Amino acid sequence: MSSASEILRQLNSLKDAKTEIDNKISLLEAQLKDINLQNAAAASNGSSSYPANGLTPDMIHRYSRHLVLPSFGVQGQANLLKSSILVVGAGGLGAPALLYFAASGVGRLGIVDHDVVELNNMHRQIIHREAYVGKPKVKSAAAACRSINSTIQVVEHEEALRTSNALEILSKYDIIVDATDNAPTRYMISDCCVVLGKPLVSGAALGLEGQLTVYNYNSGPCYRCLFPTPPPRTACQSCADGGVLGVVPGIIGCLQALEAIKIAASVGEPLSGRMLLLDALSGRIRIVKIRGRSTQCEACGENATFTQQHFCEFDYEKFTQTPLCVPPLKLNLLPSESRISSKEYSETILKKEPHVLVDVRPAHHFNIVSLPKSMNIPLSTLEASLPEISSALKKEEERGVVSGSSAQLYVVCRRGNDSQRAVQLLHKKGFTSAKDIVGGLESWTHNVDPEFPTY
Amino acid sequence: MQNPQGFGVSEETLLKMQLTLEFGGGLELLCDSKKIHNVNVEQQNGEDKLTMKDLLSWVRTNLIKERPEMFMKGDTVRPGVLVLVNDCDWELSGQLNTLLEEKDVVVFISTLHGG
Ligand SMILES: [Zn+2]
Repeated sequence: MSSASEILRQLNSLKDAKTEIDNKISLLEAQLKDINLQNAAAASNGSSSYPANGLTPDMIHRYSRHLVLPSFGVQGQANLLKSSILVVGAGGLGAPALLYFAASGVGRLGIVDHDVVELNNMHRQIIHREAYVGKPKVKSAAAACRSINSTIQVVEHEEALRTSNALEILSKYDIIVDATDNAPTRYMISDCCVVLGKPLVSGAALGLEGQLTVYNYNSGPCYRCLFPTPPPRTACQSCADGGVLGVVPGIIGCLQALEAIKIAASVGEPLSGRMLLLDALSGRIRIVKIRGRSTQCEACGENATFTQQHFCEFDYEKFTQTPLCVPPLKLNLLPSESRISSKEYSETILKKEPHVLVDVRPAHHFNIVSLPKSMNIPLSTLEASLPEISSALKKEEERGVVSGSSAQLYVVCRRGNDSQRAVQLLHKKGFTSAKDIVGGLESWTHNVDPEFPTY
Repeated sequence: MQNPQGFGVSEETLLKMQLTLEFGGGLELLCDSKKIHNVNVEQQNGEDKLTMKDLLSWVRTNLIKERPEMFMKGDTVRPGVLVLVNDCDWELSGQLNTLLEEKDVVVFISTLHGG
């Protein structure tokens, strides 16, 4: 009999092989379609008996519901087929946008992302399939787009967008879609669009709220016109920390697709100079009027001297005080004698040493998963809950087998930052022996018990 | 909003202006996680007008329960906060000098970056 790990190994290698074969199949299918299309186009050009704005019979059939739409029609579809759109970020916003771009026949579709698919992305990044967990998002998203529509061109940019490559990548597309997740990248994309004169469809989502607007379109405002000064880093929550309901970025991503398709097809009124605000919890969408292009804007204003050269040299990480690729923040506030590793903590449990473990995460985090016998005192209420800690320590000392040994006080959180802040406070309040568990519960999973869930 | 003479002002009584204030994009966390506040704001120093500047200091004193630096910087809102008076960017109505009227709706919304 094979062991479970052997079966898993075989499964994984089979899955890898399957993915590779699937990729090859869709690539070959796309090539075949291309050849057939070219032949068909050549044939119809030859006879030219059915002119339809260069649309082939296959195209007429595939896009027929667009074609019969009076306000879109053959001209809208022909424009779309000739257009090129770049989606920066194949995450929660990019996923539905890319699916609609592929389905609706955007001629050339570019995808920029440097990340890999993770299981905790899949509730919202609906373009990815389980088989792609651990694989590049760009590959996954491109395969999904090709499997929907093999007649369009899908271009993979498997790299992080930086000032060193942004001009080259963005310049190849008509319309840019910002589906990223951090402030420095948003400023960078907007500036790059100003410098290159490209319209930018910008969406954002967090928790149960979403925002959408079109920048740098028809002398409308750019991102900097609206937000000349970047917000403090503490005001920029990520989906990993703040949480996000999967369907919310889905809705905003679909609206981004709509706006970009309108611009590409030259139909309707793009959402420029206006901003859409979605409050999913109360079921309200509000569309507000925002300022026009600011004459004083450093990027697009009257006297702005922002050139391609400036763009390449601009330090977006310094400007927003946020790294472009957001690595988890790792504080180091405490001396090493006030810290304990997760491994060392697991030994104190084995030795049944008297101690109290305070988990300072918010209550709704504690409810997801927690270590046995830990008490939940969120950091925000710690100062008011000191008596509770004192009495827990006293109880533990009375229970202690070895008389005279005082109970230890340990503090844990998700990643080991808040636990340090908590220990700093505890030290100030007289709990001078309090220690934090380095790396928090994530370290517990990595170094002690791989079965302990991460989120 | 623009016309402070547009409604009757009695000089003797302390005037209160009824406004709807909304907080979003995470700013509601600074005021008891409540998004919509129907409030009556006294007009400052017996003056017959209320500006956004007056309202901001009123909000800071009466509604913001924690981390005021996440709402204001100096005498205006912190970078990254959009202010909308009756669904219109306050840049278009004079920012801090915007004159408010009875039943105006003022929205404070923090810009989001996630996706
Ligand atoms: Zn601008």
